[in-house]
Amino acid sequence: MPRKLAALASVLSAGALLLTGCANPSTGSAEDDPTKPVTLKFWHGWSEKNEVKAIDASIARFEKLHPNIKVKATGNVTDATVNQALRAGGSDAPDVVSSFTTNNVGQYCSSGMWVDLNPFMRKTGLDKAKVFPKTLLDYTSYEGDQCALPLLADAYGMYYNKDAFAEAGIKRPPRTMSELRRDAVKLTKRTKGGGYERVGFMPNFRLYQNSPDRLFAQWGPSYFGKDGKARLAKEKAAKEFYATTRELARSQGGYGPLETFRTSFGDEMSSQNAFLTGKLAMHLDGEWRGLFMEGAKFKWGTAPLPVPDDRPETYGRGYLTGTVVGIAHSSTHQNAAWELVKFLTADTDQVVAFANAIHNVPSTKAALTSPKLDSNPTFRAFLDIAQNRYSTALPPSINGGQYVTSLQDFSYGVEAGKVHDLDAGLRKLDDEIDADNLQAQN
Amino acid sequence: MATLTNAPALRRKARRERLRTLGFLSPWLVGFTVFFGYPLLATVYFSFMHYNQIEAPTFVGLRNWRYVLEQMPLFGPALWNTLWLVVVMVALRVVFGLGIGLLVTKIKSGVGFFRTAFYLPYLAPPVAATVAFVFLLNPGTGPVNDILGNIGIHAPNWFNDPAWAKPSLVLLSLWGIGDLMVIFMAALLDVPKEQYEAAELDGAGALHKFRYVTWPSITPIVMFAVVTGVVQTMQYYTQALVAGKLASGVSVGPGSVIQPGYPDHSTLTVPQLVYSLGFQNFNTGAACVLSLVLFAIAMAVTTLLMRKRAGLLSAED
Repeated sequence: MPRKLAALASVLSAGALLLTGCANPSTGSAEDDPTKPVTLKFWHGWSEKNEVKAIDASIARFEKLHPNIKVKATGNVTDATVNQALRAGGSDAPDVVSSFTTNNVGQYCSSGMWVDLNPFMRKTGLDKAKVFPKTLLDYTSYEGDQCALPLLADAYGMYYNKDAFAEAGIKRPPRTMSELRRDAVKLTKRTKGGGYERVGFMPNFRLYQNSPDRLFAQWGPSYFGKDGKARLAKEKAAKEFYATTRELARSQGGYGPLETFRTSFGDEMSSQNAFLTGKLAMHLDGEWRGLFMEGAKFKWGTAPLPVPDDRPETYGRGYLTGTVVGIAHSSTHQNAAWELVKFLTADTDQVVAFANAIHNVPSTKAALTSPKLDSNPTFRAFLDIAQNRYSTALPPSINGGQYVTSLQDFSYGVEAGKVHDLDAGLRKLDDEIDADNLQAQN
Repeated sequence: MATLTNAPALRRKARRERLRTLGFLSPWLVGFTVFFGYPLLATVYFSFMHYNQIEAPTFVGLRNWRYVLEQMPLFGPALWNTLWLVVVMVALRVVFGLGIGLLVTKIKSGVGFFRTAFYLPYLAPPVAATVAFVFLLNPGTGPVNDILGNIGIHAPNWFNDPAWAKPSLVLLSLWGIGDLMVIFMAALLDVPKEQYEAAELDGAGALHKFRYVTWPSITPIVMFAVVTGVVQTMQYYTQALVAGKLASGVSVGPGSVIQPGYPDHSTLTVPQLVYSLGFQNFNTGAACVLSLVLFAIAMAVTTLLMRKRAGLLSAED
């Protein structure tokens, strides 16, 4: 019996050791000498030909400045891949990582997966408050941990079809939500069979970049209270936002027919994009869309998205996000990695050149006012949105972008008319977000 | 006295026998321990832990269980969809597979062609087949709705309608029925012809021949098809995920987060939720709880089927 007990104890101990040893063993260090030869692995999300060319050119400029550092870049990497790779560890894990969304910054910082860059900035004399706009610093940090820096920003505004506007007798882009609805109705064209030839403004949340948080930004909502709890049920703007989007859909034929029309749209990043093919007259999108508009067979323009009727002074605002870059916790070349991060994010000439090349909003104060920036007025509209004092970004959360996903799910139900009691629904949504956040806490 | 003298030798022999047996069993034992026993124990362990796959796990008691069972709104729809698919898809696949099997065994000419034609769809990769189905059934641009519209039938929105999304997946699974058709065909061809002849002499019609000759002979195969179907459908993932993503029309890019289950969570299955929780949110504890729930249901259903034999097998089978 004692032998059996000993055997059982051994098996259980071995199992416990195996299981408790699951904390990621890959720990990096900032002890390296950045002047020594080293090869850095850099993972990024760019995949379009012109974008890859631009980031490769940026890397070439960096390597020229730092001949001892070689950069091995890997493109088209998703956040899921970065997340999984950094957890798996190993020698092939990247040193410098980036993300196309700011949604996960809170998770990256709080988990320690991306290292805090504050010590590196102090060490190399980079004053972040002087270099980066505050909104961008806010969305790249979490509770004081600056685990990322902005690598160009994205501002959201409106693209509109000038030919369609002229045809409908509309003189300028709408500035308030009432004007948006009025113009959208004028611009909507039905077919004889009851379908659509063109929709004025499609509010459906699954359309391309129409994620609810982006249009909701026109109301400037607060997602969390000071206690960190979700407060959408207390946010007056939430009900106004849903009432506006539902009314927009209703006045153009209703959610169902619009959704059926949406299924006929081509891929967002192709020449079959519904705005490009004339199926949409006005469209919410980011500044980069301008690069895809070269093949347009109509005159087009850009403007800020309309704002609520009772807040006309906020016109010019928009939703802000951007690419963020950081250093992987497992990197053993963190000082060399910092040199690359610093160059990509804080070197004015580099930021301007890269912004012009991929048609993104520059992410430093100096670059935003640089005379070398693209002077195209359709692009300039987004620079103004980025600098508008009412423009907002999503707050970082310990649970990454899960609260945005919950908001999306809820919004799909609202737009489809499945949420009959909005107040109760919003309270339930708050509870869900809080429960998810609690789950993410250790 | 002789027995006592030989006792150590007998024990040594018995030990050698045990070791030999264990030696022969060892490949299976190692595989079972490494790929089933350890993961199962680890899953139970992590279901009581907070573990984000970066920091060391910490004990949180029943928090993960409470979160999944009481607070996670997607658990209910995911479980309902999975069970719906288990009941409807498995039943229809078995009936349809048997029907096609019967058909191809009765065909007199062009047997090879029909058997190949019914089997071929099964060879299509699941992702490619799903992409094709979503394209064909697209309510805006798909040819199926065009054709139905032309003949005056108001077609549903298929993968874009919460009420039709799961039936569309069932349709896709019936299209790829080749695996079950082959199994049923083999079973049907194995039924002794003499029994049919005897039944005919007794005046049995087609229905009676099926009820009293064919059915008793193929019930073990039907049982096999049901049990494997239940286990496979409990793990249903690829087709539902691909169909949901494609039909939603939401762009998938490096910065985008796509939630499975479009439309309105109607195609969300438990395995998709496990992946989403475990490898997108890194909420390992909750993912383990879900896995255990799924495992328990699969075990319960399979045990029930095996015990009761689903009323299909007689005591002699």
